[in-house]
Amino acid sequence: MKVKYFAWVRERIGVDEETVEPPPAVTTIAELIGWLAARGDGYALAFDKPGVIRAAIDRAHVSAETPIQGAREVAFFPPMTGG
Amino acid sequence: MTVPVTIRIQEADFDLAAETSAMTKDRTDIGAVVSFTGLCRGVEGDDTVTALTLEHYPGMAEEEIQRHADEAVERWPITALTIIHRVGRLVPGDNIVLVLAASAHRQAAFAAAEFLMDYLKANAPFWKREERSGESRWVEAHSRDDAAMARWSKD
Repeated sequence: MKVKYFAWVRERIGVDEETVEPPPAVTTIAELIGWLAARGDGYALAFDKPGVIRAAIDRAHVSAETPIQGAREVAFFPPMTGG
Repeated sequence: MTVPVTIRIQEADFDLAAETSAMTKDRTDIGAVVSFTGLCRGVEGDDTVTALTLEHYPGMAEEEIQRHADEAVERWPITALTIIHRVGRLVPGDNIVLVLAASAHRQAAFAAAEFLMDYLKANAPFWKREERSGESRWVEAHSRDDAAMARWSKD
């Protein structure tokens, strides 16, 4: 699946998007965050407070418990500050 | 009649008068246009803000704004909507966002404009980075913006 990062999540990880293949045991957004956080220091820093991270699957907001099965594009970002 | 909805996310500036004219041209059913313009503020508490850089989620931002514009049209008797949000680096005094809501009467136009602005502040996928006192940092979300959006919930 494609994973996209925005704002300080993107800056800490160092890339704006990548393609990843999490193992089958990773089934939800929260589990995907845990799996990504173990990939390196930048990831660990980006996800050090998982509770503040917002997620979207295929461009729709989702919660931490949402299953990721079938997702083409998952995005992680901080709370929005537009307007 | 289909309600004309214009949504643009762009680096370029916008012109309120030009957008209002474009919206009302050849229309005789519009009795009210409410406009909101958000500008880049150079003062934040005791600090001076030198610039704001806005980032968005291309694709998701347009789709989400469209969905909320459709909701506004469904909830109020709106006859036209224009929503423009700028991205990139902006300096104090620059325009950031424009919402124009047209209706036969003012109440619907005020309500729709306020609903769309509350949505853009709290839930649209945009992020602001602020430069002040020689440092640059991401702006933190305000709970007051979430509260403002929550009051429109139909649940």
